[in-house]
Amino acid sequence: MLTQILTFLIFFAVVGCILYGRRLIRREKVDAVFGNPERALGGAHWVIVGSSFLLLIWLYYSWDIAKGFYPKSANELCQVAKVNDSLLGLKYQFPIEEREFKSTSQIKRENKNLKLIQSEIQNSEELKGEQKTILISYIRKTNQLIPLLTNEDLLENETKQKIDDITGKINLLTENFKKPDYPFETEQELNKRLKDVNEEGGWGITKVDAGSGSIKNTLEVPLVPATYRGLKFHSAAQELNLISDEFFKLRNHNPRFKSKIKELKDEIKSYRKDLNDNEEVASTYAKNIVKIARRIEFASIYPPNALDKMQEAIVKFESAQKDVQGGLRLVDIFLFPAGTIVASGPSCSEQGSGRWLPKPSDTFNKFILMSKPSVGYKDIPLLWIQMVDVSKMIGFILPDWIADILPGEYPVHTKDGVVKQNFKGGVLKIVTGDFNLFKVPVPYGHIWDSFLRVFLGLVFGILIGVPLGLFMGLNRFAKGFFDPLIELYRPVPPLAWAPLIISVLGIDNTGKVFLLFMVSLSIMIISARAGASGTQLSKIHAAHSLGASKKQILRHVIFPNSLPEILTGIRVAVGMCWGTLVAAEFLAGTTGIGFVENVAKKYFQYEVIWITIFIMGLLGLLFDITLRKIIDKTIPWRGKG
Amino acid sequence: MSDLVSENLNMIFKTPKGETVHALKDLNFTLKKGELLTVLGPSGCGKTTLLNITAGFIRPTSGVITLNNKEINGPGVERGMVFQQGALFEWLTVAENVNFGLRMKNEDPVKTQKKVDEWLEIVGLKGFGNTPTYQLSGGMQQRVALARCLINDPDLILMDEPLGALDALTREKMQSLVLKIWKETGKTIILITHSVEEALLLGERLYVMAPRPGRIHKEYKLPFASMGLKEDLREIKKNKEFSEKREEILEMIWNMEEEIMGKDN
Repeated sequence: MLTQILTFLIFFAVVGCILYGRRLIRREKVDAVFGNPERALGGAHWVIVGSSFLLLIWLYYSWDIAKGFYPKSANELCQVAKVNDSLLGLKYQFPIEEREFKSTSQIKRENKNLKLIQSEIQNSEELKGEQKTILISYIRKTNQLIPLLTNEDLLENETKQKIDDITGKINLLTENFKKPDYPFETEQELNKRLKDVNEEGGWGITKVDAGSGSIKNTLEVPLVPATYRGLKFHSAAQELNLISDEFFKLRNHNPRFKSKIKELKDEIKSYRKDLNDNEEVASTYAKNIVKIARRIEFASIYPPNALDKMQEAIVKFESAQKDVQGGLRLVDIFLFPAGTIVASGPSCSEQGSGRWLPKPSDTFNKFILMSKPSVGYKDIPLLWIQMVDVSKMIGFILPDWIADILPGEYPVHTKDGVVKQNFKGGVLKIVTGDFNLFKVPVPYGHIWDSFLRVFLGLVFGILIGVPLGLFMGLNRFAKGFFDPLIELYRPVPPLAWAPLIISVLGIDNTGKVFLLFMVSLSIMIISARAGASGTQLSKIHAAHSLGASKKQILRHVIFPNSLPEILTGIRVAVGMCWGTLVAAEFLAGTTGIGFVENVAKKYFQYEVIWITIFIMGLLGLLFDITLRKIIDKTIPWRGKG
Repeated sequence: MSDLVSENLNMIFKTPKGETVHALKDLNFTLKKGELLTVLGPSGCGKTTLLNITAGFIRPTSGVITLNNKEINGPGVERGMVFQQGALFEWLTVAENVNFGLRMKNEDPVKTQKKVDEWLEIVGLKGFGNTPTYQLSGGMQQRVALARCLINDPDLILMDEPLGALDALTREKMQSLVLKIWKETGKTIILITHSVEEALLLGERLYVMAPRPGRIHKEYKLPFASMGLKEDLREIKKNKEFSEKREEILEMIWNMEEEIMGKDN
């Protein structure tokens, strides 16, 4: 429903905006010559066209338009695919979609193989002349087997009868298939089928596991035929499976062929038995010749015209099948671009762009589902709040050694087995957070965890990097002392540090925050340093002659003067940290957006992957917009000084 | 005696190439309280070096410079400085720039505010207190720089080509302002300039300096500054004596420049 409305909306938006744009061009007086950047100003209507176009491509190539307008089409195409899958074996025997009969190509191939072995034997230096003669006689005999199969006169009546039977079955199926009430479904069968359809759910539906409460994989294409047309194909496919099984059980073995091949096999067997251990080469050649003979035995090789009627029947069925598909064929061609629904064995799947490009509607639904705190992903919500007692925070902030340095001893249990609390023990309870106060809501979840890691890494980087950078910009000792350290670790890609830091500091927050701290530290140092050393000398001179002390100059002149550089540095650092974090969460961890994506990848949950991509993009954008706002607010003089 | 006295001032720089440059050689002069000295000379004659030494930003190689009998060996509040480009703190408003020196001394903000308003009125920026400095024009920025320097009540004001970057009209107005402030406050002022007219107009005394080594080439005592306090500056420029002096000094500087060129070739 949503998709349908959206599709129309996009269509009207695109047409409307193009018309508006054209009218604007006609009405507007163009004052600016070509090359004047003013010509690129404005144009919100083109923004609408651009984004609509993107959305339309997404809707179309993810087959969401097909889903929106023909929600049953995938299920029907699945049934059609089942028919194609069942028919495939039979069809390949004939030049319907191939260039030649399967028999022809098999004969060609085995002749080639025989020739190859023959030339190898003739050129072999390890074989004696006598052996060569024997082996080549085997090759000749194998070759002579083929005409025994392709000779029409030798074809047995029984086999002929069976071929006619199969052909008759196909023709009967074609006749029945054309009838409007073909599978002759009873009321009872219909009810059962509809119940199954209901249970299975629709195309692209995601269910929540009742036990664990987490999302299950998306149902790609429902298997049970939901429509009457689908049912026809489903039943035909089942019948075709039986027919095809019957055909492949059939062997064109007349008595002469049977005796000849038995003779050949026995001869080679006894020859190989008589060979010595050191005549392995001859033995291997003999074995290979038997293999070819076996292949000829089990290939469905028939006389040239023996299967003509069957071919005709299959072609007829094909055309009948296509007729019954009717409008579905058009839907398949136009609304399933870059692929279609295919069946292999008992299951159907999307093959092509629809598979890895999730439908906007599915993605949206899944996102709504995952946003529910009770569902989330891997038992953790994306973003939610939990009530945490303030005492836990106090315990986290206050170091435990406060209690240790107090005079006195911790309480010891008495002989009655009672522990009497004393002052020192009481303080220990407070500093470890072992008491109850009131509870406050604290956010948690995958998004919050990722955000917090970036935030903490960044804050630590700024707190240490900015003073150090300013110091390095002003002091020869600091510059010389810290420069080698920073210049050595900075050029290393942050991810190269990740395995080391994660294995030292653990896969939890500590390791990641430290990694991000390293990333932001070098950026902050470099930008603060550039800011400090870029201060105009005249400003410093002015401050000096206005009576400012060294500290005051640092605080009131050099620091504000470096602010543009520092804030730009923060903006760069945020981008770097964000990129590094997601990759670090990919490597190891149990929460975070990168972790979600990594798990989704393992389960082929393409929608979840796209959701995480969107979340990351949005969060990155949010960071950047916030920083841009801060920059505009705090350093309005930038570029105007 | 609050005089500025320079005794055998020498300044020798070493360039990165290892050459020595004699920026100032045996500079001797005395500036009495309340005098306005303009310094003129071709580029490279050591004008700015002299000013930087006086301000205390650099130390002379040899010689002593004293203000009020105290040796100058570092920057100080008693010597205010006005730079060519204003050197304002663009992250502060006009008022914050003006009271910067007082804030650094932790003076009472209420008293400071009164002083700031007074000075803004004197330099003609009344009502601009809350304007960010980056929104000001060049002339207004120099007015702020003047006020910022004067609010500290320095004994000596050093001006390093303060009007060099201004357009002709603004420049004339600012010249009057400098004269007005000189008269009203009675401060000692050293003003460095490239413009001969400006040097003649503003200078009670005028030093023409010569390069290589930097030294005082000629000294003038001029009446135009005191005339300028009463008369319109443009009228003074029409004065015959003024034109003669101007031609004389221009020729002097031309000859010096040519001499340098000759040396280079």
